[in-house]
Amino acid sequence: MQGLEVRGLTKRFGGLTVAEDIDFDLGPGDRKALIGPNGAGKSTFSNLVTGILTPTAGSVRFDGRDIGGLNEAQRVRLGIAKTFQITTLFQDLTVRENLRLPILERERRGYRFFRAADGNAQTEAEVRDLMDQFDLGPLADSKVANLAYGQQRLVELALTLALKPRVLILDEPAAGVPSSETHLIDDAIERLPADLAVLIIEHDMDLVFRVARRIVVLVQGRILTEGTPEEIAADAKVRELYLGGSHD
Amino acid sequence: MTPLMKSWAPPLALLALAIALSFLMPFNLAFLTRILIMVVLVLSLDLVLGYAGIATLGQAAMYGAGAYAAGLFAIHVWADPLAGLMIGAVAGSILAFVSGLVLMRTQGLTLIMLTIAVAAICHEIANKARDITGGADGLRGIHMEPVLGMFAFDFVGTTGFWYALAVVVVIFVFVALITRAPFGLSLRGIHESPDRMAAIGVSVYWRRVTAYTVGGAIAGVAGALSAQITQLVSLESFSFTLSAEALIMLILGGTGRLYGAVLGTLIFMFVHHWAAANDPFNWLFVIGAMVLAVVFFLPKGIISASAGLARLIKGARHAGS
Repeated sequence: MQGLEVRGLTKRFGGLTVAEDIDFDLGPGDRKALIGPNGAGKSTFSNLVTGILTPTAGSVRFDGRDIGGLNEAQRVRLGIAKTFQITTLFQDLTVRENLRLPILERERRGYRFFRAADGNAQTEAEVRDLMDQFDLGPLADSKVANLAYGQQRLVELALTLALKPRVLILDEPAAGVPSSETHLIDDAIERLPADLAVLIIEHDMDLVFRVARRIVVLVQGRILTEGTPEEIAADAKVRELYLGGSHD
Repeated sequence: MTPLMKSWAPPLALLALAIALSFLMPFNLAFLTRILIMVVLVLSLDLVLGYAGIATLGQAAMYGAGAYAAGLFAIHVWADPLAGLMIGAVAGSILAFVSGLVLMRTQGLTLIMLTIAVAAICHEIANKARDITGGADGLRGIHMEPVLGMFAFDFVGTTGFWYALAVVVVIFVFVALITRAPFGLSLRGIHESPDRMAAIGVSVYWRRVTAYTVGGAIAGVAGALSAQITQLVSLESFSFTLSAEALIMLILGGTGRLYGAVLGTLIFMFVHHWAAANDPFNWLFVIGAMVLAVVFFLPKGIISASAGLARLIKGARHAGS
């Protein structure tokens, strides 16, 4: 099958089980969201899929190939990319340089010693396209450290898209973004390539219901239920979870 | 000024300065040559520490390896200077690569301690292997053939100076090209955020090993240059003091900036020269005060002072108008 295929994925830290027997599929064009209360294991799940953590049991396949033995960098090169919850951008580099780096690495040009990094017209055109797509053009030569937080999140998205991924995992894309700027993130997600497989891990229910076509609910490392936004909104267990959760 | 002129003006100014100094201080060519050799070493440190962010206090290990390799090669095999430089580069890069395979798995304080340890081990090996290295007496009997078969090394050090200057120019251009290339950009990326580099598909470990190896080759060239020009390799080549002084020069000038490396070396060496002549016991005090001043007032090094001054003057003009 095309895309991601997760079967029986389990992760234990000593006696603590943070992911238990998770089955999950993500194909081209999917817009899925993974929701759940704090500590449900959402980030663990994304780290298992991207290769930052190794599972205790279970398998992760990509396009039918078992990728369990590959590390993070190798999975990125296959096309599985992820944005970070907390921005880890190259703060001292400009927006342009931040976007140039992933393109150079995607094209395996990172070991070139004697060609100017900004000397390739095609790369520079791609950088400009990305900046236009996220309205970053006017900020091209500003250092990322001097950008507003919402803008940094956009650079984060643009940087990850520069890898031309086939599976994109958005880990809390709107975390820390002031409500006046969240529409930037919404727009950016809506404009993602149609055939890209997207998984959004998010706390912000409004955002999830606006952009996701299917929602997976994770509780204590297990999948509680999966369905369309309407089904999830109507689900008694999920409502209890979220309403009940707000009381303690 | 056109961009082309802008990028060519500073290196040409530096070159002019070097040549002017050689005419102003004709009896101090040995001292000027020493500065040039240190510039090569500090440039190698700038690539490793300033760009790639690899914390090291053991760059002397590769310098010493290059010096001994070039010295032994000249004595036993072939006394051609350029071939000797190649041997120095190869020796420095091999030591950097082999030790880097282990060192680059660590970071921070652990890495610093291990780099010191590597240099200390090299120091001890050179000390114990008296029959080969001359031990504490140093490696003697290095007599180089003329450079390119034309320019014989002379007593005053004229050839040595011009030879070293030529090597500095080549190394400077080499490092400038690397730092502007995709490889250099990826090193800055690793310096800024290694996690993010892994997340864009880069093997940070191998990129760091490569940077350390290239830096080792350049440090090896510096060592070889020193061996050929001074015709002596002493145990001091492997000393902690040398690594630490190179680091101080780089911090003084400004890390991650090639001109910072050059400027810092110049300032350190001249202050050392004059302060040590005036007060041989307390000259380090002057250096210490300078480092403190730079760290507190110019954290990006003395090279950043010009930009700061330009802003200040601009601001004053605005305030005046």
